[in-house]
Amino acid sequence: MNRKIALLVILLVVACVLPFVASSYRTFQFTLVMVYAIALLGLNILTGYNGQISLGHGAFYAMGAYCTAILMDKLGMPYWATVPIAGAVCLVVGFLFGLPALRLEGLYLALATFALGVAMPQLLKYKALEHWTGGVQGIVIAKPEAPFGLPINADQWLYFFTLLVTVIMFVLGWNLLRGRVGRALIAIRDHHIAAEAMGVNNALYKSLAFGVSAMYTGIAGALGAIAVQFVAPDSFTIFLSIVLLVGIVIGGLASISGALYGALFIQFVPNIADEVSKAAPWAIFGIFMILFVYLMPTGVAGAVRILLARTVRKAHNHAANLKEETP
Amino acid sequence: MIRLLVTLLVLALAAPVVQAQKKYDPGASDTEIRIGNTNPYSGPASAYGTIGKAIAAYFKMVNDQGGINGRKINFISYDDGYSPPKTVEMVRKLVEQDQVLFVFQTLGTPSNTAIQKYMNTRKVPQLHVATGATKWNDPKNNPWTMGWQPNYQTEAQVYARHILQTKPDAKIGILFQNDDYGKDYVKGLKDGLGDKAKSMIVAEVSYEVTDPTVDSQIVQLQAAGANVFFNVTTPKFAAQAIRKAYDIGWKPVHYLNNVSFSVGSVLTPAGLEKSVGLITTAYFKDPTDKRWADDTAVKQWETFMKKYYPDGNLADSFNMYAYSVAITLHQVLRQAGSDLTRENIMRQAASMKDFRVDTLLPRILINTSKDDYAPIEAVQLQRFNGKQWELFGDVITAGH
Repeated sequence: MNRKIALLVILLVVACVLPFVASSYRTFQFTLVMVYAIALLGLNILTGYNGQISLGHGAFYAMGAYCTAILMDKLGMPYWATVPIAGAVCLVVGFLFGLPALRLEGLYLALATFALGVAMPQLLKYKALEHWTGGVQGIVIAKPEAPFGLPINADQWLYFFTLLVTVIMFVLGWNLLRGRVGRALIAIRDHHIAAEAMGVNNALYKSLAFGVSAMYTGIAGALGAIAVQFVAPDSFTIFLSIVLLVGIVIGGLASISGALYGALFIQFVPNIADEVSKAAPWAIFGIFMILFVYLMPTGVAGAVRILLARTVRKAHNHAANLKEETP
Repeated sequence: MIRLLVTLLVLALAAPVVQAQKKYDPGASDTEIRIGNTNPYSGPASAYGTIGKAIAAYFKMVNDQGGINGRKINFISYDDGYSPPKTVEMVRKLVEQDQVLFVFQTLGTPSNTAIQKYMNTRKVPQLHVATGATKWNDPKNNPWTMGWQPNYQTEAQVYARHILQTKPDAKIGILFQNDDYGKDYVKGLKDGLGDKAKSMIVAEVSYEVTDPTVDSQIVQLQAAGANVFFNVTTPKFAAQAIRKAYDIGWKPVHYLNNVSFSVGSVLTPAGLEKSVGLITTAYFKDPTDKRWADDTAVKQWETFMKKYYPDGNLADSFNMYAYSVAITLHQVLRQAGSDLTRENIMRQAASMKDFRVDTLLPRILINTSKDDYAPIEAVQLQRFNGKQWELFGDVITAGH
């Protein structure tokens, strides 16, 4: 446990130093990594822990992004105030969407969410909403400057703001998943009848999982919109939903740290693929994906866990050997 | 000895003078000019990807011929998959990490909208963007952004002028896609008609990209008694509209926007016999048009394609488009000489005087000024004869 805390502290220190050594552009990329990490954690709560497959989480991401953009652009709200509102809106919508979706199991739920993901860009272009959404043209929003006269640039400030939100969301997520709720979610995933027999309210927990998951993704969307300074229907195609699903599988299902690995993967691997081949970047991306899945069947988080366990065991053995030699 | 000393002295004196004439911003040096670009090489709009490849091939040719003013062009192009957030990321990479002098031909209206603020705050030129929206011609508010192709409003004004000249009693029915692009065209037509817009336009109906067909809209326009049909639709809907109008026996003078002029993907599915008489505009030479089979410029383009872009499709007009826009940039850089600052690039791009690109239609010239960021403002009308488009009338420049 101490070792874990030490690792976390190191990670946090590295995260705090990063924007001062990396360029603005890299800082911006790492901001996006954290944004994706929040979204992936959200999706992981639903899919990894609760076993409900969603192919439409890009829709919640879009919803969060649009909430922020509209509140900032039309109502002149400060950016930080829009993030919790975006989360709340997605929580409610996600919960409500989860209610009827409860009757759908496995692949049927995947299809229902897929429909949501496909429909979202077109809904955003809908005439009646155009006054708010800006139609195909989307909404351009201003970039927040660092407050209180802090001597850092806008990219660095946004990075720290996102870091703060990320830490809060991860602590909340960890707190939620390690206790009763987490056990209930996993029990439903593993055997819902047994869970029901043990007194877990399946319907409530499944809807809640959906709502919380949507809230995480919505908050990620809100932060993403602030970082990119622009939202448009073309930003949130069905591809986004699929990429998020790829992220949690590569990162590690039912793992909190997996969200971070998955985010690094979906942020950087497409760029590497593009540099390897202009003609078929997605083929290269596919090769990377297959490699990851074959070499790390439990995701990057699983592989890291095994590696850590091995080194710990080795260290133990080593210590034991030393003891035997010294009497 | 004295001669050597004098020579050295002269050199020493001359050196700072030469140095002073050369001015560089990031991305330019004695040997290189770095240019950034984003294109959808993957994703739903990847048909446009050939534009980026053809431009890269063009600058490879330029480099083989010694570069521009002795400098090699380093054309760095990234895939954005037609996704605006990706465009933002890639353009930031180009500007901040690769340190390009400017970006050129970034493709797509939403993608360019997403980066416009960034480019103008950073004061990095966003040159000759690959979209027809009218908003790129706004030097007052966005002095670092410039378009290239004739914009939608310009094109619509040309139709308006033709209507006023040939059919003063026109009753116009408009069908348009309900988005920026569609509205741009409608605004252009109304501006072009001026005071007569109110009396001439008898019906205005729109459709959503999500609609399955536009059949009912066509019936509506016919019922309104329109004898001129202004068809502002993307390829799939254009084909439907052409077919439906013919099938219900409606025979208006039919203006089709340039967006859907493709014989292969619009007129053939609609039915070539049903497309006879359609009027649209053109501004560059269509490589499949037999009229240009012996044209020197088109021949040169073919030679270029075969040598530098052998995978490229010779029937794809996007490759001709890319070649033409690259020639325009070539001229901008030639004009800029050794003053390769971002400010001067923009100044040169905004001071083109009667520049002629031979792959554009005859007599179309490129003109810009510090108040006019629309390089191509002239087009020519063409009519479909059942087999191919036939140019007619003069080159028309939209009025301001």
